[in-house]
Amino acid sequence: MTTRRQFLKVSAAVGGGLLVGFRFGAPESAMAADGTSGASGSAGVFEPNAWIEMHPDGRTMLTISGSEMGQGAMTVIPMMIAEELDLPWGEFDTRFAPADEAYANPALGSQVTGGSATVRGFYTKLREVGAATREMLVQAAANRWDVPFDELRTEPGVVVHTASGRQVEYKDLVADAAQLEPPEEVFTKDRKDFRIIGKPTKRLDSPQKVTGQADFGIDARPDGLLQASIERCPVFGGKLKSVDADEARKADGVEDVIELDHGVAVLARDWWSADQARGKLSIEWDEGDLADLDDEAIDAQFQERIKEDARSARSEGRGADALGNDENTHSATYRVPYLAHTTMEPMNATASVTEDGVTLWVPTQAPGSVQKVAAEVAGVDKDKVTVHTTFLGGGFGRRFETDFVREAVELSKRAGRPVKVIYSRPDDVRHDFYRPAAYNELSATLGDDGLPVTWVHRIAGPSIWSRVAPGMVKDGIDPAAVEGATDHPYQIENIAVSYANVDPGIPVGFWRSVGHSHNAYIVESFLDELARRADADPVEYRLKLLEDDSRHVGVLRRAAEMADWGGEVPEGRARGVALAKSFGSYCAQVAEVSIEDGKPRVHKVWCALDCGIAVNPAGVERQVHSSIAYGLTAALFGKVTIKNGRVQEQNFNDYQAVSIDQMPEVEVGIVDSGQPPGGVGEPGLPPLAPAVVNALASLTGKPIRRLPIELGDEA
Amino acid sequence: MATLTINGRSVTLEVADDMPLLWAIRDYIGLTGTKFGCGAGLCGACTVHVDGEATRSCVTPVASADGKEITTIEGLSSAGDHPVQLAWVAEDAPQCGYCQSGQIMQAAALLADNPDPSDEDIDRAMKGNLCRCGTYNQIRAAIKHAARAKMAGSDVQSDNQEVSA
Repeated sequence: MTTRRQFLKVSAAVGGGLLVGFRFGAPESAMAADGTSGASGSAGVFEPNAWIEMHPDGRTMLTISGSEMGQGAMTVIPMMIAEELDLPWGEFDTRFAPADEAYANPALGSQVTGGSATVRGFYTKLREVGAATREMLVQAAANRWDVPFDELRTEPGVVVHTASGRQVEYKDLVADAAQLEPPEEVFTKDRKDFRIIGKPTKRLDSPQKVTGQADFGIDARPDGLLQASIERCPVFGGKLKSVDADEARKADGVEDVIELDHGVAVLARDWWSADQARGKLSIEWDEGDLADLDDEAIDAQFQERIKEDARSARSEGRGADALGNDENTHSATYRVPYLAHTTMEPMNATASVTEDGVTLWVPTQAPGSVQKVAAEVAGVDKDKVTVHTTFLGGGFGRRFETDFVREAVELSKRAGRPVKVIYSRPDDVRHDFYRPAAYNELSATLGDDGLPVTWVHRIAGPSIWSRVAPGMVKDGIDPAAVEGATDHPYQIENIAVSYANVDPGIPVGFWRSVGHSHNAYIVESFLDELARRADADPVEYRLKLLEDDSRHVGVLRRAAEMADWGGEVPEGRARGVALAKSFGSYCAQVAEVSIEDGKPRVHKVWCALDCGIAVNPAGVERQVHSSIAYGLTAALFGKVTIKNGRVQEQNFNDYQAVSIDQMPEVEVGIVDSGQPPGGVGEPGLPPLAPAVVNALASLTGKPIRRLPIELGDEA
Repeated sequence: MATLTINGRSVTLEVADDMPLLWAIRDYIGLTGTKFGCGAGLCGACTVHVDGEATRSCVTPVASADGKEITTIEGLSSAGDHPVQLAWVAEDAPQCGYCQSGQIMQAAALLADNPDPSDEDIDRAMKGNLCRCGTYNQIRAAIKHAARAKMAGSDVQSDNQEVSA
């Protein structure tokens, strides 16, 4: 495989990197951020691009161009580079990238970590980055020995002249390589030659994470730090009217109280003192327009507008006109609630605003957005803002947002000292950008064979992209609201999917697997209703509706095989199946459930995933476990309740998370289609809820048309 | 004010008596491996050992730790080589890692009491330690791994294939 050098050069130049001779893409900010490298001009250091820095003493530094939020970026990014560079595994250091567009994820077009895109976005680019660097080292050896390039090969860390058996270590070539032009063509390996990619590989960050040494955002402690706890208006969109802060100011340890547009911040040397004093504030709010909003009103808005505001998102054949009105037509209404993210590390940011600019320590999925927002708030140029991306104690989409960054920068600017804002857990639950609620009406008309001839799915709910990037919304359709509903794989003659963008005012944002998190549940549960009505096996029913030999069929058959679908199931248990494609990967799951004390119990999940080439199969397997746990939490417990314009839940007692005793056994089968990598961090989530509810429905005989799961009297 | 021993070092803290031990450890002693997750004893991220007992430091007033021996994740072993830590690495247990200090402290206390825990013992001891990344199956495997290693008196071995040079 070859690509033109042009690609590397152009992409680097667009990133505004330092172009010194061949040193494309080594960003200025990376130099400044790293005390050890100070070295863009120092002799003998080889920095062929923004990811790799090799020193004559053998040290190699790789830059991690994605946030490490548990998904394994810090391990899988080096795997892709080291594979092509032929770098001995583990013999390098890593650092997190500074905010710089040189590190934009090619699949996303900006420096964000999300959309299950770390591997699928960087797979080509980082292998080319590694391969180009390797070729320069080989060229340096060819020049030294005066032999043709083609007579040389590499083994991990060394260049070898095959004919003579001569060898030279990379470290002895880096000074020479630094004088060379990058290669005209880049050759990447055939898959059969991979030494690293495709092998289950342990995380590189475990030693730090088992000793308490890994620094998360919340651990930042710059000199002179004040810590802030902020009372925000509990009603979404509300503002501060007035505050009596006398008592709070007198409290132990309090150094400052600062009024914000949407709340009041108490600043102290330690966070607990700030948080305690916050309880002494006496605040009057302007609660704004949403002070009467509750779940019933939201549901009423959805119902009222689902037809009148409907825009077509997909139409096949005669669409909804083909819907019958006899006993062959089946209809159902499905609802999902708003969901909080509850990352284990509560939202936080640390900012130091000085005359020279802004320095931030932030656990963020979007360093570029952090830089931009900080520049805006502080009133400085972006290049005066340094962002240290720390480890993230979970992201799940919440850390795309910059609300907490804005607060930290404003407080530091006004306090004249570094400030760390930490959300309490109730703050974190009550001031989120929630997974949108949605109200769905579905109807299908079945043919004589029991298969659907017509499928109509109407969706009403708020739109994430309307806030984040309105340009993404085309003809009234937010792709994030309809994904999984418009693109389901079932071959049906007449299809109509519509979307009504109804925004009750609750802030919404990306939440692990986004629209797929609800649409897969709805599509796959309704499909099971149809299969039950047709008295058909749910796996066979799906196979009849799928294109033969498709990747969907591949994972569905594999999951069924793994679970011995159709075989014996223990007394009192039942199984359900579901299928979903998301983020470029195909996933089928079988869940085995029972009902214990009137509550669902998930015993085991068999998951078949076709994510193309699995760069780190160990990481893939763990991301499936993770997606199942996150999806199960939502299916069993997830719901924020809106009353008087505010969220009622506040902590893990009333916004529960699955615990170890509720975690099912998980068996993962990676289906190797040989295709380029798809996403991994999210695709394991969408099928979980429908597989579980489909299993429960076959136990109780009743569909579950609302999440979180509530079993009625039949349980 | 409280005087306590933390990771073998005597420390006198001039902070409010009702300040939770968590914040004294993080903001005054400067050991940040112990994490804040809920502030209400609901998630286990803040778990430390107080006289050997797994304790939620976010709801433990510093005054109640006066005169006691506190161990945090930083003090569990001198070189990150406690059997539980080694087992955690061998089983590739952490993901985001934020809850893992608390998980490890809870698991170490479990194994100190019960060197060969059953699945039910593990559930009982560990169900108050939440992990939003869902590493529970790896945590369970790591606890069993550490139990085997402790009983065998040997270092744990990795089950996972490693890429080697």
